[in-house]
Amino acid sequence: MHIADGILTAPVVAATAVLATVGVAVGVRKVDADDVPRVGILAALFFVGSLIHVPVGVASAHLLLNGLAGLLLGWSAFPALAVALLLQTVLFHFGGFVSLGANVLNMGLPALVCYGLFGRHLRRAPSAHTAFVLGAAGGAAGVLGAGVMMSVCLLLSGRGFLTAAAAVLAAHVPVMIVEAVVTGSAVSFVAKVRPDLLTGNGAKGIVDDYRSVDAED
Amino acid sequence: MDIFCTPRDNALGRLDPRVRLVTAFAFAVTICFSRSPVVLVSALVAGVLLAALSRCPVRGLLRRLALLNLFFLLLCLSVAVSLPGREVVPVGPLSATDAGVRRAGVILLRANSVVLFVAALLGSMEAPHLGFALDRLRVPSTLTHILMFTVRYIEVIHQEYHRIRNAMRLRAFRPRCNRHTLRSLGYLIGLLLVRSLERSNRIMAAMKCRGFQGRYYVLHTCRMTPLDAVAAGLFACAIGCLVALEAMWMVP
Repeated sequence: MHIADGILTAPVVAATAVLATVGVAVGVRKVDADDVPRVGILAALFFVGSLIHVPVGVASAHLLLNGLAGLLLGWSAFPALAVALLLQTVLFHFGGFVSLGANVLNMGLPALVCYGLFGRHLRRAPSAHTAFVLGAAGGAAGVLGAGVMMSVCLLLSGRGFLTAAAAVLAAHVPVMIVEAVVTGSAVSFVAKVRPDLLTGNGAKGIVDDYRSVDAED
Repeated sequence: MDIFCTPRDNALGRLDPRVRLVTAFAFAVTICFSRSPVVLVSALVAGVLLAALSRCPVRGLLRRLALLNLFFLLLCLSVAVSLPGREVVPVGPLSATDAGVRRAGVILLRANSVVLFVAALLGSMEAPHLGFALDRLRVPSTLTHILMFTVRYIEVIHQEYHRIRNAMRLRAFRPRCNRHTLRSLGYLIGLLLVRSLERSNRIMAAMKCRGFQGRYYVLHTCRMTPLDAVAAGLFACAIGCLVALEAMWMVP
């Protein structure tokens, strides 16, 4: 659910583009050379994740996974989501080219909020149950934030969009529930299988493993 | 299912990726901020011509446009009935106003022509070339590196996704609207996550073994040919014409 081109007015496009650029710039600064493959592969994962359709009642919705991105990547979620959205626009013509900034901001800002609220707790090796709760809260907050931001963008673009903004917000509610359970399960799965990946030690795990082998030799 | 379609050889595909990227963006911005019907209709015609020139797969493009317009139908309907103005067409208990219909028409024209331009100019571009073009346009190198890794591994992760999904199907998994489905899909994403992070660690280790020091060398050189200069000039003229038409419409 991205905003296509031609809907937003010039001031909204300009403001969101500036804010999104700031977010991506800060995010890029937080990525050091060792993290580039990790962020790139996670961006690919979010891209693939957005192709997964989940049945919701009679319709189906696709996952957003921006909450998960925020939980795992923090500030780096901005460049990861920006890359995934740019590729979606160029390859599939989903979303917009001019409204890319708005879409990046709508996905990235809630991701950042998720990181601030729940991401830090996830670093402290939670139990599978706590991980589920944190993941579900993150997933729900990510979708809710994206829906609210999108509605605000529409409302700022003119009063003609009042009905559309309300419809967007309503459509995000079932997706929010779906995403909460999916993200919660995903995070609790990782907490059970590879807890070190959540605490951040595992992020560079294998390289560090090699280093420690070197040290012992 | 392949995510990346193999681009066909076409007239636009031979242009420098930088020219195509900048032109597509300039056209998109011009179209999105135009309000004159003359400009929007001529942009739509130009978009159709350019798409025909680029020989992009017609069926795929039409399917995407149909999807976009299906979504837009609802949006335009809500815009048409909610703007104040003279009532022209009754829509159920509400009625569309002249201002609302005009606004909805503008949105429809804009969205369709931008999709046509992007499909014509960028749709036939190989994804790595997008990375090279961004690199040459002085986008921060960390961002282009992330993009290149994403482009490289989307296909890999997509295959992995299908492998797990097939394994689930073999065990009689059928997606329905229930908790079991959501939890299973969550575990699927968790498994993808674990495998992706492990893969990224292996990649980093392999890159370090080969002396990676944080710099990624792009061997592909973009070179502007006379053909690129002519095309860029033509595109600039077309954009200039659109802007002039829009200005004439604004100042009657």
